[in-house]
Amino acid sequence: MTDRRPNRAPETGSFFQRDPLWHPPAFAPGYKSTVLRSPRKAPISLDNTISEITGPVFGHSMLGDLDDDMIHNFAKPGESAIGPRIIVYGRVLDERGKGVAGALVEVWQANAGGRYRHKRDGYLAALDPNFGGCGRTITDEDGNYAFRTIQPGAYPWPNGPNEWRPQHIHFSIFGHGFAQRLITQMYFEGDPLIWKCPIVRTIPDKAAIDGLIALLDMNATIPMDARAYKFDIVLRGRRSTMFENRLEGN
Amino acid sequence: MTQSLSHLKESASQTAGPYVHIGLTPNFADIKGVYPADLGTAMVDEKTKGERITVTGRIFDGSGTPIRDALVEIWQADAAGLYNSPSETRGSADLHFTGWGRAPTDMETGYYRFETIKPGRVPFRDGRLMAPHVTFWIAARGINLALSTRMYFGDEEKANAEDPVLARIEHRNRVPSLIATREGSTFTFDIYLQGDKETVFFDI
Ligand SMILES: [Fe+2]
Repeated sequence: MTDRRPNRAPETGSFFQRDPLWHPPAFAPGYKSTVLRSPRKAPISLDNTISEITGPVFGHSMLGDLDDDMIHNFAKPGESAIGPRIIVYGRVLDERGKGVAGALVEVWQANAGGRYRHKRDGYLAALDPNFGGCGRTITDEDGNYAFRTIQPGAYPWPNGPNEWRPQHIHFSIFGHGFAQRLITQMYFEGDPLIWKCPIVRTIPDKAAIDGLIALLDMNATIPMDARAYKFDIVLRGRRSTMFENRLEGN
Repeated sequence: MTQSLSHLKESASQTAGPYVHIGLTPNFADIKGVYPADLGTAMVDEKTKGERITVTGRIFDGSGTPIRDALVEIWQADAAGLYNSPSETRGSADLHFTGWGRAPTDMETGYYRFETIKPGRVPFRDGRLMAPHVTFWIAARGINLALSTRMYFGDEEKANAEDPVLARIEHRNRVPSLIATREGSTFTFDIYLQGDKETVFFDI
């Protein structure tokens, strides 16, 4: 965790405010699990202090060779995961459009049949002995990332009597400050389940949902190997310190 | 036609779901051999400066049931009050302390647990010192946007009394929801998502 991000002076401005009308509200009863897990009192607004504008750094040296290859990182030698082979790539940007260098991107997903390797997942679809379901990578100097995986299957879940999650990949991202920390999900262009999903529909703004749908990119597809989906992720932007109230008396 | 600010919008948050451990603590989820260890399990080593403490607790839902599928991350200063981050411009933090921890809640009992050190004080925006605190970030199934809060230390009454963030809480009877109780070297910080004891969460 001690590697420095290359060629960037650290920024110390506070982050742009989150837009509460853009993110899903805590209480969204269409997604039943929120009912008992949503705080009911108003959150207290807190201008970013140094505790929020700082955050941990992860060095490329912590990554293993196969961390960004979910087709192989759990497979026996010489074998590979079953399912449609895809590449997911894109950029981690902030709201100013700047690439976020050195961002840790962690992903997890179900296998091609829609089954998670988790003791609480009882779906009858088979486990794939060669698929674990986790991967990670760190963005380059311009914020680019990419990983290889198989396209996950849709799966049923007990929110309603016949509810199915659209195909999706879970994403966890660290930017440069702990207040930029974000977890979200990537969906696939054209999946009709997206617009029926109660979890997707916790998001109040259609444009915000569109921002989570990855597009097939034939120009990045590797012929005879893997299709490519492009998924950009936007983290909170950061104020310039030039005009901001000083954090301390320096 | 006006000009455009051309700012992008932050990607919308989505719940971490019930299988967050596969991605963020795979060894805990019995997915072995992909990563050598789960990230964030070791915050300290034998050379870390500061008082060794354990921080533990549970997260209760609105029915009073401990949540057993959550993921908790913490972020804190070192013993001298410096963050191990490139955005820390006041000095160099202890290289033997990461400042960042990640822990699942136990699948049976719901307890999370961190082995860490007591942080030093860091300044508020205007230079006044804040009381020692640990930033908490909580993700789980049923939580659409991860929750942010702070843990303060029950044995820091004087510092807590002058803390500018705690001072901002209008309803004073809610302040104790942010203060961990000390027993030996263990601080217990229980988090309540709803109800009379609902923890103060921050919009950061
Ligand atoms: Fe999922």
